[in-house]
Amino acid sequence: MRNAITRRSFLALGGSAVVAVAGLGLVGCGGSSSSSDSSSSDSSSTKQISGSVTAAGSTALQPLVEAAAEQFQDVQPGITVSVQGGGSGQGITQIVQGTVQIGDSDVFAEEKVKDSSDLQKIKDNKVCVVGMGPVVNPDLGITNISMDNLKGIFLGQITNWKDAGGPDQEIVVINRASGSGTRATFESNVLKGEKAPDSFKPQEQDSSGTVASMVAQTPGSISYLAFSYYNDSLTALSVDNVEPKEENVESGDWKIWAYEHMYTAADPDEATQAFVDYMLGDDVQGSLIESNGYIPMSGMKVERDADGNETTK
Amino acid sequence: MAKQVMPKRRLEGIGLGVTGACVGLVALLVVTLIAMVVSRGLATFVQNGVDFGAFLTGTTWNPDQVNDAGQPLVGALPMICGSFAVTLLSTAFALPIAIGSAIFVVEIAPGFGRRVFQPLVELLVGIPSVVYGLIGLRVIVAFTRSLAGGTGYGIFSGSIVLAIMILPTVTSLSIDALAAVPNAYREGSYALGCTRWQTVWHVVLKSAMPSLMTAVIMGMTRAFGEALAVQMVVGNAAQVPTSLFTPAATLTSVLTMGMGNTVTGTLQNNVLWSLAMILLVMSLVFILIVHLIGKKGGKVND
Amino acid sequence: MTSSADASKASAGTPGGGSPFTGEAAARHASKLKSQDHVATGIITAIVALVMIILAAIVIYILVLGGGKLFDGHFLTAKAESVKAGGGIGPELFNSFYLLIITLIISVPISLGGAIFLAEYAPENAFTAAVKTAIETLSSLPSIVVGLFGLLLFVQQFGWGYSILSGALALTMFNIPILVRTIQQALEDVPRSQRDAGLALGLTRWETTTHVLLPAAMPAIVTGIVLSAGRVFGEAAALIYTAGQSAPALDFANFNLASASCPWNLMRPAETLAVHIWKINSEGLIPDLDAISNGSAAVLMVCILAFNLIARWAGKALGRRLTAE
Repeated sequence: MRNAITRRSFLALGGSAVVAVAGLGLVGCGGSSSSSDSSSSDSSSTKQISGSVTAAGSTALQPLVEAAAEQFQDVQPGITVSVQGGGSGQGITQIVQGTVQIGDSDVFAEEKVKDSSDLQKIKDNKVCVVGMGPVVNPDLGITNISMDNLKGIFLGQITNWKDAGGPDQEIVVINRASGSGTRATFESNVLKGEKAPDSFKPQEQDSSGTVASMVAQTPGSISYLAFSYYNDSLTALSVDNVEPKEENVESGDWKIWAYEHMYTAADPDEATQAFVDYMLGDDVQGSLIESNGYIPMSGMKVERDADGNETTK
Repeated sequence: MAKQVMPKRRLEGIGLGVTGACVGLVALLVVTLIAMVVSRGLATFVQNGVDFGAFLTGTTWNPDQVNDAGQPLVGALPMICGSFAVTLLSTAFALPIAIGSAIFVVEIAPGFGRRVFQPLVELLVGIPSVVYGLIGLRVIVAFTRSLAGGTGYGIFSGSIVLAIMILPTVTSLSIDALAAVPNAYREGSYALGCTRWQTVWHVVLKSAMPSLMTAVIMGMTRAFGEALAVQMVVGNAAQVPTSLFTPAATLTSVLTMGMGNTVTGTLQNNVLWSLAMILLVMSLVFILIVHLIGKKGGKVND
Repeated sequence: MTSSADASKASAGTPGGGSPFTGEAAARHASKLKSQDHVATGIITAIVALVMIILAAIVIYILVLGGGKLFDGHFLTAKAESVKAGGGIGPELFNSFYLLIITLIISVPISLGGAIFLAEYAPENAFTAAVKTAIETLSSLPSIVVGLFGLLLFVQQFGWGYSILSGALALTMFNIPILVRTIQQALEDVPRSQRDAGLALGLTRWETTTHVLLPAAMPAIVTGIVLSAGRVFGEAAALIYTAGQSAPALDFANFNLASASCPWNLMRPAETLAVHIWKINSEGLIPDLDAISNGSAAVLMVCILAFNLIARWAGKALGRRLTAE
């Protein structure tokens, strides 16, 4: 018993030491599998590894990673995965500093970190896609909005619903917090580089749950949410008559979506790699991701790079 | 009985040493925390070259963008005004209620007050901010909307939620403050033929003044620092407030929303620490003012 | 405010006045004072009634929404779910209490010592005043700043990771201002005569403090502890970055202190009830979110009530023991 404990904690220590060393870029070992490899879960389930992995960052990705980590316990009982939140910015900070093994993020690290030597220390693993769309208070009675009107509303040019196909009512814009991944995605896909004037100061809110409650409570309000947070107390709008649905995101017809990233060190240790592989394997991509409103990587017919350029696969 | 064996002087020395060490530890923690906030907060101005005056007086908050002159848009004035208004207003709401309740508990109905009222009030202190925020969102924002029109989000809603949140702190500490006034003072006053109200107003409240001031300060600083609940009802629109009923932002709401989304060491992160620094300075000024008022109030009584 | 002006005029006349009122004037004055007393009592009673109504409204609101979960054994003991319905709050409930106890074990002795020094030993000079003001200022720091401080120092610098120890120390930083200030104020509020009596009997300052001052100040000290404990129960932002947001299933038969499922392990991540409520309300995906959130709030409220009652009772018992010794 005593031996087992010491060996386990020794391995855990060793694991974090490897990460630390890898973070400094001095030693490299393993880390051969690339992020697009999604069929390695079978091979990793045969070999038992032990270690501990801490994932921190994006709160939007957190529930999925938690659920996956729980399932992962059955495949690799020797690996303890602890899942923390804190926000995408903190996730990237901590993976760059090497204090966690996985940094979850809603945005490309390139958008947050400008130092290229920091970017070389980390490796991107895109684990799934999240579709987002505009939501309004249900009393408005509208179900569709044109992309131009949506843009006009969030640029502060349209201030009454009667100019956007709705009743004569003032528009209450609830924006997401500056710097949040959802806002970055929305702005780059809807505003397309145009900036709202400084005089336009809408309300801001950070968490999806609070945004959903606020839109449900406030007459005339509009905001935007990931598909997984849609509920009956809100009306999700179609944009240019395209419905906010998974297949429309996969086909590229629905424009407002983003990747969820799990950044690891450039050379992750064995346990970390095993967990990332599991996230990309069929156990997670097939059932878990789809049943919770996320969109698996495999179905995507379009892809984007860090600069937002879209290409068809 | 080891105590009697131990020489008194030695015991005294140990007491002094242990408590002194505690103060040293507390002071060390305080200094480290303040030093960290200040050093990070100053980095905005030293490393990122933001102009301190522009930071204090600017009215546009959008750290991801720069203006025509290449300076980041980090004007903190809307949040400074917001925090100031919310703190002042919530203290103004809570204080009379808290002191009134304390008088009731200590002077009018101690049995009911101590056994039922005080535990109930203290129940409020441990309810998580999020729960207050949700109640505020569902009940108080809707109430404000029906009262004054508009969206319902704003300083008024924020102040009511905060007033409820600081009520237990101020009430409990006020109760202790009044209870600590020696009974002899009251008896003296009654013996002179004073009514209960005269006794309370001239004797009890006056002699409890320093402790009451501590109660006010502890409540006020909590109001200053509270973030999660206020953020849900104040609206978070970074504009200088012109009305109690239009959306506004506070230092803490912007700080809390931004911390998780920014990367340590960048301007966007540093400027949040600058907000924390401003918050510390503002509450320091407030505390000094309250102490000054307390001293004056105490002197009138002498 | 007119009533106060009247009252001060009146009091200037009555108690110390050398020329006594006679006949009708005195009767009028007396009845005026009496009615003033009645009005003031009425206003204060009305305030208390208002507070009671607000309190009752909040308590009933929470209980109506979540009270049903209070007697749901599965909810109270099961592990939380991240995406499915039917999760419980077992580990979170235990973590809340465990973290509270660890925090109090660390922060109460330090604060007590600090407060005794500031109240009894510290010379009344500018330095002492500066320390007091700094402590007060500290309590206005938003909890997220304290949390990030904990992240940088305890989690990263000391390498303790997301753990109960990191969380308890962050909460200690957060608790110290209110504990030190309330205890110190309580000690200073003990009448001078009691202190002098102790010293006159030949007791040292230390003996006076432990045998005379502490028992006398005990109710107020307990208030301080109750208030700070409430904040520990209800705090989320400071713990997100320190004690973390994951609650591994606990195995109460496991006494291996290095294991993540050992309840007593100080180095394991521990999500508390308040953090759980915050987490599911901000980005939660569970279908029964409202039920879990409301139920957790109701459970938390009952826990706080129980803790407050126990603390007051223990404070009284301790006060008696200290004086009897």
